Amino acid sequence: MNPTTTNLSASIEFYILLSCVLFTIGALGVLVRRNMIVLLMCIELMLNAVNLLLVAFSTYYGQGDAQIFVFFIIVVAAAEATVGLSILIMAYRNNKSTDVGLFKTLKD
Amino acid sequence: MTAELINWILGGLSIGSALMVVFSKHPIRSVLYLIVTFFLVSGLYIMMNAQFLAIVNIIVYAGAIMVLFLFVLMLLNLNKATEPKTPLLVMLSSVGAAGIFVLVLIAALKDSFIQKSGQVAGNLNAGMVENLGELLFKKYIVPFEISSILFIASMVGAVLLAKREKPIID
Repeated sequence: MNPTTTNLSASIEFYILLSCVLFTIGALGVLVRRNMIVLLMCIELMLNAVNLLLVAFSTYYGQGDAQIFVFFIIVVAAAEATVGLSILIMAYRNNKSTDVGLFKTLKD
Repeated sequence: MTAELINWILGGLSIGSALMVVFSKHPIRSVLYLIVTFFLVSGLYIMMNAQFLAIVNIIVYAGAIMVLFLFVLMLLNLNKATEPKTPLLVMLSSVGAAGIFVLVLIAALKDSFIQKSGQVAGNLNAGMVENLGELLFKKYIVPFEISSILFIASMVGAVLLAKREKPIID
């Protein structure tokens, strides 16, 4: 008895593949971009990829626990975005730029 | 068959808009493409019968967090592409590393053993509001209450960090 046919409209491998690719795109953005705001957005993208996989497995097994985890991930992401953006505003106020390279002068 | 086609379309479009988030020059465009990505992922949630999370994703992510990003971008007037160019070597090596990373992930997960749930196919309505509410307010009530403390802490932290301090003259 295969739950794939009953619960999910696509195979579980499709969701694994999709969330792997989305996570990698987010990681690529963190590597490539220099703007702090875009970096925060790429972190949100990675979190979203993880959420997608959690929801897919939750539906696959027909149990809602993983969706509660996704709910908490969204909560933590909201808190993280507010604190990150306020740190960004402070950094921008100090040196009028949002380049991440400026964080290397943090210890001076 | 139609449902599978819709899944493929939503997945492909979300990958495309995620790439546009990374590679568009203006931060505002990145934010808008990220909102598009969140809507497409919400569509995937609906296809997975997780309706509560689809709505929460739209309200919280696309409605609150992204508006926060847009506010910061517009208040700081960062609309211009002032970002320094990434060196070509860094760009190429990042793309190569990301490609190898996704290859390893897929290769590791391709033949992974996914346990079938046996006799019971589980609850078909696991993603409905009723079920999740039962879980959230019975089994996970303590983490739920703790998350409110987290929110208060982050709110106080955000206000404290972003408040304009008087310059110390020495």
